[in-house]
Formats: sequence, C-alpha cells, structure tokens
Amino acid sequence: MNNEVRIINGIVFDPTNGIDGKVSDIYIKDGKIVSKVSDSAKVIDAKGMAVMPGGVDIHCHITGPKVNLARKLMPEDHRLDPHFKTPNTQSGSGGIVPSTFATGYRYATLGYTTAMEAAVPPLTARHALEEMYDTPIIDNGFYVLLGNNLFLQSLIAEGRHEEFKEAVAWWLNATKAYTVKLVNPGGDEPWKGHKNLNVKDIDEDSKATDIAPRKVIEAFIDAVHELGLPHPPHIHCNNLGHSGNFDTTLESMKTAGDRRLHVAHIQFNSYAGELGKPPKSASKEITDYVNDHENITCDVGQVMFGKAMFMTADAPLTYLLRSYKKEKWVNADTECESGCGILPFDYQGMIYTHALQWAIGLEIFLLSKDPWRIVLSTDHPNGGSFANYPLVIKLLMDYEFRKIAMKSVNQKAMNSTILGELKREYTLNEICIVTRAGPAKCLGLKDKGHLGVGADADITIYDMLEDKEEMFNAPRYVMKSGQLLIANHEFVSDYTDKKVLRVAPDYDKDIEKVIKPFFDDFYSISYSNYAIDDEYLHGTGKIIKTKKKKSIYEN
Amino acid sequence: MSVASKDNKIINEKIVENATCTFCGCCCDDITLTVDMDKKVITKAKDACVLGKSWFLNHVIEDKPIARIDGKEVSLDEAIDEAAKILMEAKFPILYGMSDTICEAQRQCAPIMDDCGGTIDTTTSVCHGPSGMAFQGVGEPTMTLGEVKNRADFVMYWGGNPAEAHPRHFARYAVTPEGMYTPNGKDDRTVVIVDVRHTKTAGVADIFLQLKPGKDFELLWMLRAACKGVDIPNDCKDICGLDKEVVEDLFQRMKNCTYGVIFFGMGLTMSRGRHFNSGALMALATDLNEFTHFVAKPARGHGNVTGADNVVSWQTGYPFGVNFSRGHPRFNPGEFTTVDTLSRHEADAALIIASDPVANFPKPAIDHITSDKCKLISIDTKNTPTSEAAHVSIQTSTYGINTGGTVYRMDDVPISLRPAFDSPFPSDLEVLTKLRKKVNELSKKANRPYATKKYI
Repeated sequence: MNNEVRIINGIVFDPTNGIDGKVSDIYIKDGKIVSKVSDSAKVIDAKGMAVMPGGVDIHCHITGPKVNLARKLMPEDHRLDPHFKTPNTQSGSGGIVPSTFATGYRYATLGYTTAMEAAVPPLTARHALEEMYDTPIIDNGFYVLLGNNLFLQSLIAEGRHEEFKEAVAWWLNATKAYTVKLVNPGGDEPWKGHKNLNVKDIDEDSKATDIAPRKVIEAFIDAVHELGLPHPPHIHCNNLGHSGNFDTTLESMKTAGDRRLHVAHIQFNSYAGELGKPPKSASKEITDYVNDHENITCDVGQVMFGKAMFMTADAPLTYLLRSYKKEKWVNADTECESGCGILPFDYQGMIYTHALQWAIGLEIFLLSKDPWRIVLSTDHPNGGSFANYPLVIKLLMDYEFRKIAMKSVNQKAMNSTILGELKREYTLNEICIVTRAGPAKCLGLKDKGHLGVGADADITIYDMLEDKEEMFNAPRYVMKSGQLLIANHEFVSDYTDKKVLRVAPDYDKDIEKVIKPFFDDFYSISYSNYAIDDEYLHGTGKIIKTKKKKSIYEN
Repeated sequence: MSVASKDNKIINEKIVENATCTFCGCCCDDITLTVDMDKKVITKAKDACVLGKSWFLNHVIEDKPIARIDGKEVSLDEAIDEAAKILMEAKFPILYGMSDTICEAQRQCAPIMDDCGGTIDTTTSVCHGPSGMAFQGVGEPTMTLGEVKNRADFVMYWGGNPAEAHPRHFARYAVTPEGMYTPNGKDDRTVVIVDVRHTKTAGVADIFLQLKPGKDFELLWMLRAACKGVDIPNDCKDICGLDKEVVEDLFQRMKNCTYGVIFFGMGLTMSRGRHFNSGALMALATDLNEFTHFVAKPARGHGNVTGADNVVSWQTGYPFGVNFSRGHPRFNPGEFTTVDTLSRHEADAALIIASDPVANFPKPAIDHITSDKCKLISIDTKNTPTSEAAHVSIQTSTYGINTGGTVYRMDDVPISLRPAFDSPFPSDLEVLTKLRKKVNELSKKANRPYATKKYI
C-alpha cells in the first residue's frame, strides 16, 4: 500500500521552523514528514487553506478514575449531547465530560492530535491507561500526582534528598507517567486527617507531616531537574481560586529559582483582593513575573461561560465551592497519595466573579510577551469544555468581537479590569504557537508541534475563514501519523495505533527496599501488585528520553 | 510470578505469590497459591478466606466441548459466526452480565452492542444499581479502602453482612487492621452495625442497631435532619424501632469522629425505597462533612462488578442499562435493564456473559429467555442453567485462575491478576474480541444508515 502523501498549495504555519503563512508543499511517508515522495503519492490540494501541525493540549482531564466518576455523575448532561455512530467511528456520549470514544473523536474534529491528562493518582494509574487505550486517535500521556504522597513527604522532611529523587524516579516508572503533578501540596493531610481543613500559606507547616508546601515544591523541582525529565513539574498552586492568591503563585514561582516549572491553569492563581471577598485581577503582577523569567511556562486555564465541571485533586477547594449551590458533590480519597473533588458548575456572565475570571484569562493571554511559554487551555473541564477552544481563539484574534463580548457580561467586573484597553490581536502564527508548537516545546516533544522533516505527520488543514471560531471549529482535513482521518469534515477512518507518551528515568533498584516497608504497613494492595506492567501500554508506549544531571545547578 | 519446585514431594509444583482472589469485591491480592501443575489443580490457597479457598481449591478443568450449538459440539469459529449472525439479525438484542470477567473482555462488549444496535446491561442492575442511580443524583464522598485502614475511627455497616459475604473485609480493611493513625486496630475504632436482624456481622459490633424492616430511609433522614439542627423525634422508637437516646448517641458519635465511613449493602439498596435509600445515605455522608471528614462506599459483591461499571461508564457515559438502537447510548433503568426487557418479552436475542439469569431472575424473565422467542447465547466458565438452556454456548477459562487481566476492587482500585495455570478453554477476551470483529464485519456489510433506528 502506498502510504505517501503530498499536501500541495497549502498556506503553511510552522513557527518552530520559522515558517509563517508561506505557500509550500508538505511530504509524508510512513507516518513521518519527509523531504520528498514519489510521484505516485496521494495528493491533497490545500489551496487557500491553512496547514498546521496537529494541536497539543498540555493540560486537560480526559481519562482516569476521577474523570470516570464525573462521567457517571452527569447522565442529564450526556442525554442532551449524544455522539452518533458513523460507519467509521463508534458512538458515545458528549457533554462536559464526554465518554472516551467521543473525547478522542471530538478532539480530532478540532484538529487536536495530542492531549495530556493532567492528574492521575499512582494507585489508579492502571485505570487511566485502560481508558487511554479506549480514547481513539489522540496520543496521550499523564502527569502523576506525587505532591501529597505521604511517603515522599516524609523523605523530604527527613532531608533524605538522594533517596527522594530515586523514589520519584521509581514512581514515574511504576506508573508510566510523563511528569510529576503537584496539587495543593501539603493540603491533603489537613483535609483528610483534620476534619476538612486546608493549608493557607506556602510556608506554613502542614499539621500532619511537619513540612511546608514550599519545601515540597522545591524538592520536586530539584528532583525532576536532576532526573532530566523533558517537562518540569506541573504545579497547581496552593490557595487556588481564593482572592489574593497571586502572592502564593509568585512565591511558588520564585521557589523554582532559575529551574524550570510549569504553572498549570495560571488564571485561577492570579487573583488580587482580600481572602473571602470578591477577587480582583492580578494578571499584571503574574504576567510581569512570567515575562521576565524564561524558566517558567504556564497554561492559562481560560474560563468560558456555560457548563463546567470541577474535577481536581484539590478536594478542600471543591468542598468550599460546593457551599454556594449545594450541588451534587463527589469526594474521593486515595490512600497515602491524593484527594479528589468533583462538582458540576456553571460559569455565568452576569456573575461578577465568573466574568472577572473570564477577563483575567484573556488579560494573561494579551499581556504575555512570549507566546512560546503560554499555552491555550481551559483546564478542561474545570474552566469549560475543550470544545470552547475555537471561541477562545476568536476572542484572542478579534478585538472588536472581544469588545462585543465584554458588553454582554457583568459590567462591574469589566470596569475593574484593563481588558478593554488591550487592543492586541493574536496572529494565526501566534495561535499556532499557543495551541501546537508551544505546548510541544514545553513538553519536550521533538516530533510534535511542527512540520519539519522527521516530525510525526499529525497535520490539520483548516479552511481560511474570516470567522476564526468557525475556522478552528471544523478543519477540512485531519491527519494522524500520516493517516487521513477527517476529509471534507467527515471521518473517513478510525485510527487506533495511538501512542502513550511516558518517561522512564533510571533509578537505583535499592530504593525499593526503602519504599516496600511503607507499602506493607499502610497500603491496602501488595507492593508487588502496585507497579504497572508494560501490557497496559498495549504496545503503544513511547518513551521520551531523559538526561540525568549531576547536580541541580547543571542545565 | 515466583516459581518453586520441590522434586522430592510433588514433581511439578508452582507457587504463585500475591495472587488476587476474584470471588468477591474485596479482591484480596495477598493470596499465596500452591499449584499442582500435573493435575492442574490448586492445592493450597494461603490467606484466602473460606469463600476464597472454595473458589480456588474447587477449580478443575472440566472435560467439555469449547463450543456447542443446541447441545452439539461445534468449532469455536462456527459458534462465533452463529452468535454474530443472531445478534445482527435480532431486532432487540441484549447483552447482560460481565461482572465475573476481566476489564479487557468487558471493553469488547459495548462496541458489539453499538454495532448491532442492542442493549448492554450488567449485573449492577440487580444489585447496586440503585446506588448507581443515587450517585447520579447526589454524588458521594468516598475513599479507597486503605484510607479506612489508616484513618477511620468510626466504621459503620448498613444493610450488609460482610462476615459472610466479604469475610476478610474486617481484617484487611476496616475493623482490625493497624493503620497509620489507628495503631491499635479495633481499639481505635467504633464499629456500628445497622441491620434488620442479628447476623454474624453483628458479632463484631461495638454498637448493634436493629432497625424495623423497611425503615432505613426514615432513620437516615432523621440523621440528616439532625445535621441541620433538628431534634430526633420523640416517637423515634415507633418510627424505626430504635430509642431516641440511641439515635442521638449515634449522631454524636458520627459528628465527633475524625474519619467516619459507612459501608452499605443490598439490605439497603434492594429494600423498599431503593435508590432513595442509597441516596439518603450518600447525602448523609455528605452532610456530615460539615462537622468532620466522612465517607461512604457500597460493598460490591462480584469480583469485577466494579470494573463492569467503570468500563461501561467510560465507553458510554452511563453505568448500566444502556441502549444503542438510535445510534448512540441512551440510559434508562427500568426500560433497558435486563429483567425488564425480558419480562416484557422485548428481547429477541440475549448474549449472557459470566452470569446466570436462568437461575436467578424472576419467573417471567426466565420464561422469556428460555423460550424460542429469544435466542440465547451464553459465554461462561462453568455449566450453569443458562449455559445449558442456551442455543449457542461457549465455554471459557476462568479469570484469576487461568487468565490474567484487570479487575477493580469495590473501591475502584484496579488490580492485575496472576493466573495459576493454563486452561484448554479460550479466554473471555479471546472469544469476545473475535465476536466483536465478526459483528463489526457484518454491520459494515449491512450498510445501515448512521443511526440504526431498528426498534424505537
């Protein structure tokens, strides 16, 4: 079978290789981009269309135990949004937390071909991998929750840094994760063990473990740096969602010094004002710091009006938010490792706080100077569904549209922001960076996010339309690893040969002797049944190389 | 898997450490199996409970055909072809069971029904289905079992009998184990049992509360009201059979514990009130979080019924009772649950996987499933009334003993199985993968419009 393709006449956007809207041809062979193909190659005429790499979502919640709990929680939502079967694809349920099949297909219909699940507890990582195998088309990977791991915290508290680093490497291997996720570090123990309390200060000792969140953050940044992972720790900062939390965010970023750190859904961490009172925007303070520090990357976590679902390992926050509407609520504690809160939510334009959150997200986009370090996300489904991405793009690219949108939401909120004064409009090239090239670079994925020779042939071709929401909502062609999936807006095949992206840093096997006694005492499953076999990758695992560093000072 | 052979005693012996018992939802993964590889039997199951021992030690490879059609031996492929043809030609095919097989096999099921426009349902619909529906309504604060071991100082069992149904639940997870913040085991916990009769479980109770039958909801609602500051009514004894002081004391204990947990069983979900009962209990656990950390958990029965819930949920968005006849999943318990579709004589083909409705269902349902109006296909590891009544019957190997794979413990923790010895029978996964492929081929040939709309 001839697996060569030639995409001709397209307007190519490939920021990684410095190509900004130049008409040129792209050649594909064996799932990769090559420099030439034979004459018998299949031809796709992309005349007048924008050719971009497939989208990369750096932070979303689409597979794993908490996602499945949220799915089960929302039959009324699925019912309104069925996902029909086609001759080439399976049926599913949509809504704010779609079923696995629908998730894969819907990402593909936005032109996205890679999406990283942002929080999975190690104990239930098998579940996440099983769901990933049932999520068609898109390549996945996940970040493993280690920030509230009691064993790791005890190693930090006792100053056993070398063993801590080895243990982190063991956990990454045992769970097949991509990097480390820290969520409200130090917050689980007061929540689970002290009648639903939380930590309030990054330098406050958590009651149970005698260790301040800052110490935990620092230790993980050091360990991940030394292990040389392709992506730094993802941090969901303490005090997320609270008024006046931007100080904590700045302090968390300062803790990194000049080492790399990814601040997840930074919008939720950019609030000024007093604790317990309505927030104010601190987008300026936050973006100033991010602009000046090249070691920091972040994704925005843009809030979009309409349905959302809080789904986070930050259980105390979810419980706090529940107090507003007393909505149905799920809390799920994972032994020794993590907490989890789930709560259906609606963002409404007429509510001051929601409108302000929406504006702060946009301000962060517009004030940031380096698009390579700021990634488009809605923290799906926490700030709204990933289905909102085309609308976010329109808001960024169209100042007039933004002005109209501002008029229809809470005016008190709008008057307290500088959003109206920001006339910047994103270019197509910048959109290409914040949705594809940038996240791929942040993740250290050398084969993704660009169209240079050797890259994975994950390609999206959009019609050039005036209305950017319409344009990004329905790519005309989507290709994954050189296989045409969507042609003329319809699925023409179902791609199953997907990849699970992960890391496998070396570690000293002796560390198991240190870890095992803790398991025997405090876990409810056997140590030998904890680490996940390669079988769970179904032959789809792809290891992204790590490069060990001798000390924290080596770059 | 560690293997050891003792030449002087048994010629070919194998030891499997940390094997998982899939008999009940506890999924204990610390069993050491001794296997006689010549006779293909498990001779010892160290640390297994009485149910687990019976599960492991009584398993023998039976001398039976792999596949039969109307009682006559056929090849596996012939049986699969016949099954696929039946499912595709049926107007209202149903698929039921799945709670005693691995997740990998369960994952094949919804796509089969998607392709033939049928209905998929699990045994959840006849056990904790009401809890699943209550969860959709009120949510649930919950936990993994290790949290109970490490933290819980208040443990309650409501409408269940774990001493006989989940024998190691007390020792491994909830009552006696010494955890991180419960170093003295049972001495650090208050154990409360609520039931309508004095069962074996009541023996471990610090407090046993004998409730009037059918009054679960009333007691739960009194406790919920108490959370909002309403006094326990004076006629409490008449309402639910418990003294006012006893209920007040119970409420104080629930409110003042550090980490409270309620396990609930089918005594709650399958008595009058059903999902209202489960919902009231989950809502009570939620309410108690105003005072302390409180969680609840259904005590699930079969080895992998929790996995079936999870798989069907991630593939369709709903946990059980899902119909595909309009080309997308629809959920409606009562309409698409198996007892109902059979009792109303709707199903004209039934694929039963690892369960035995012919032995357990109400009579109208059994009458229909065994009649010639409903073509019955059975995939099971043992001879059961269902497999014997089936038109197409396929014998498979047993999960956890002959085949590996994933099961979910009652607290949604996935565990990999460690099989003891091979079986001449194919695995559920192999049979269902082949069936899925065959059904998919037929459905492509049938070239239906997108939404199948066969039977609305």
